[in-house]
Amino acid sequence: MTIVQAINNALDIKLAEDKNIVIYGEDTGFEGGVFRVTEGLQKKYGADRVFDSPLAESAIVGTGLGMALSGLRPVVELQFDGFTYPAFDQIISHVSRMHNRTRGKYKVPMVIRFPYGGGINALEHHSESPEAFYAHIPGIKVVIPSTPHDAKGLMISAIESDDPIIFMEPKRIYRAIKQEVADDKFSIPIGKAKVLAEGTDVTVVAFGAMIRECQKALVMAKEAGISVELIDLRTIYPIDKETITRSVEKTGRIVIVAEAPTGFSVGAELIAIANEEAFLHLEAPPKRVMGFDTIVPLARGEHFFMQTPEKIFYEIERTVKF
Amino acid sequence: MIFKDFDPKEDKIFRIIDNEGVVINNELMPDIDDETVVKAYKAMLYARTADEMAVSYQRQGRMYTYPPNIGQEAISVAAGMIIREKDWLVPAFRELGAWLAKGVSLKEIFLYYMGNEEGSNFKNANHMLPFSVPIGTHLLHAAGIGYSINYHKKDEVVFTFTGDGGTSEGDFAEALNFAAVWKAPVIFTVQNNQYAISVPVRNQTKSINLAIKSYAYGIPGIKADGNDFFAMCAAYKQAAGYAKAGNGPVLIEAFTYRKGAHTTSDDPSKYRSKDEEIEGEKTDPLKRMKKFIDNKGIWKEDEEKLLEEFRIEIDQQFSEAENFTPYRLEDVFQYTYVDLPDDLKKQKSEYEQFLKWKESRK
Repeated sequence: MTIVQAINNALDIKLAEDKNIVIYGEDTGFEGGVFRVTEGLQKKYGADRVFDSPLAESAIVGTGLGMALSGLRPVVELQFDGFTYPAFDQIISHVSRMHNRTRGKYKVPMVIRFPYGGGINALEHHSESPEAFYAHIPGIKVVIPSTPHDAKGLMISAIESDDPIIFMEPKRIYRAIKQEVADDKFSIPIGKAKVLAEGTDVTVVAFGAMIRECQKALVMAKEAGISVELIDLRTIYPIDKETITRSVEKTGRIVIVAEAPTGFSVGAELIAIANEEAFLHLEAPPKRVMGFDTIVPLARGEHFFMQTPEKIFYEIERTVKF
Repeated sequence: MIFKDFDPKEDKIFRIIDNEGVVINNELMPDIDDETVVKAYKAMLYARTADEMAVSYQRQGRMYTYPPNIGQEAISVAAGMIIREKDWLVPAFRELGAWLAKGVSLKEIFLYYMGNEEGSNFKNANHMLPFSVPIGTHLLHAAGIGYSINYHKKDEVVFTFTGDGGTSEGDFAEALNFAAVWKAPVIFTVQNNQYAISVPVRNQTKSINLAIKSYAYGIPGIKADGNDFFAMCAAYKQAAGYAKAGNGPVLIEAFTYRKGAHTTSDDPSKYRSKDEEIEGEKTDPLKRMKKFIDNKGIWKEDEEKLLEEFRIEIDQQFSEAENFTPYRLEDVFQYTYVDLPDDLKKQKSEYEQFLKWKESRK
């Protein structure tokens, strides 16, 4: 399965299992979304459960909240990372707060999913990584898978969560990775990172489409005799401090790889964790291998902005040799 | 249907009694018995008394910022008459009569304005959402609930409210549009009290009225006299019937006048004239209703005595709110998530350490 198929499969399983799940967004119903993640689901479950809404992101999320308060479990799709901002008000002002505001009387079992990230030669507003905005909101959990297997297991958990989940899908690798994924239902817990490769010299933390770039950099590192511990964050918030801390205590070095601009980012949070939790173990300054604090360039300039295996290896080596 | 007879394009206003409480539109007078009329008047009087006392508590420094309903009581008391236990109320914040009809207590309302979220728990109010501070944003929740009602084939209606300023928000347009496309059973009320804090409605829109905005979404709309309890009742009855029959949403512009300030932090004398306020006084919904009742000779009580009973009862609720359990550290944390992350548990325990240290210094 690809990530697209794995998410489709997870949605399919949950739709079959729970009649209160509805899925909607722009082009999400009949066409199955611009990336076809929901393809075939309307035909199978009907147009009252999987449908096209009018084109308004604030309303897609705001009405989803209304549904979540009245017995449904909506999984709404926003078409692109750069189109999520009209919905930002609903997410930060209401979706994240209704449980707290009503002292637990109302829960918000809702998933807001959207493709994110660059590297696909797209128009402006189609290549952004806004995970830090959403992870900064109290009351929201943010999940980003990097493989088909994880995409399925995390999506099942996201739908079953009684807390609202932002589910960001790395569009660059939507179809680039194929993997055997079990047909049956399984879930992966939210809030748990995964150690993809054990190592002793440096901890590399990444998520989403950057995992694959890191794995390529790891091959180069291995040739250079550097032992890298690679951690896939999988959940941005609640961030898995324990796994990060344990690894940094062992390696004494941390390199963070992500697509978003560097400043005030998930990278900044991870460095704070390394400092707060493993200060005395650090042997080199933490390093963020992330985007410039600029607007993501359009396709012709994007290669400067995106992290490549070579760039990642370069920074790993510098950190280890510090 | 009155929505057809009072086409917003012609800028007509739907009215049943005039400022002297005289019925000017007998044909459309809703069928309400005398006892209910008296009950509605009492509900309006109760709401006004509660507001006046709330403003006074705020002035005494016993409560924080409060937005009174004074002058707009007929709208939400009428809604409160029509709304059922199973219907949803998705409020803005100036619908006290409807809140009380849903089962919210004044104690809870006071508690909220004392700065305690516990006041939005609404222990005895079914299908009732809390106060929505960002203007117009909650209208989308009403549309979503409407979708749920249709999906589950339930016999429920959503009542939601905003002000004249709220109609300028994008979410207003999106909510009406989504509700219309989904045929969601939602009654949108715009309480046009003619001011968004200090900004008069003429600076909000070039539309001849606010009900006409219904045209853009292909739904019925009506401009009703919001200070006329009977007109509001008739409008709500028709709207609820229309929504329940599966026809979708309606838009009601309830034309009214905010006699008081926007909130206790506002001073309307800065932006409107005394003359205008005197003019506004003439349409006061309570006075009109009382004149109607007196004309009919159905008032049997001593109003002063009744007001005194209200004041004692309201003060009792206020004192219960004042004596509510003090805010605890865990109240800050415990409802942020259903499944609380360890991070938050740690932040709480670190703060407890600080409190311990602080205690040890005494």
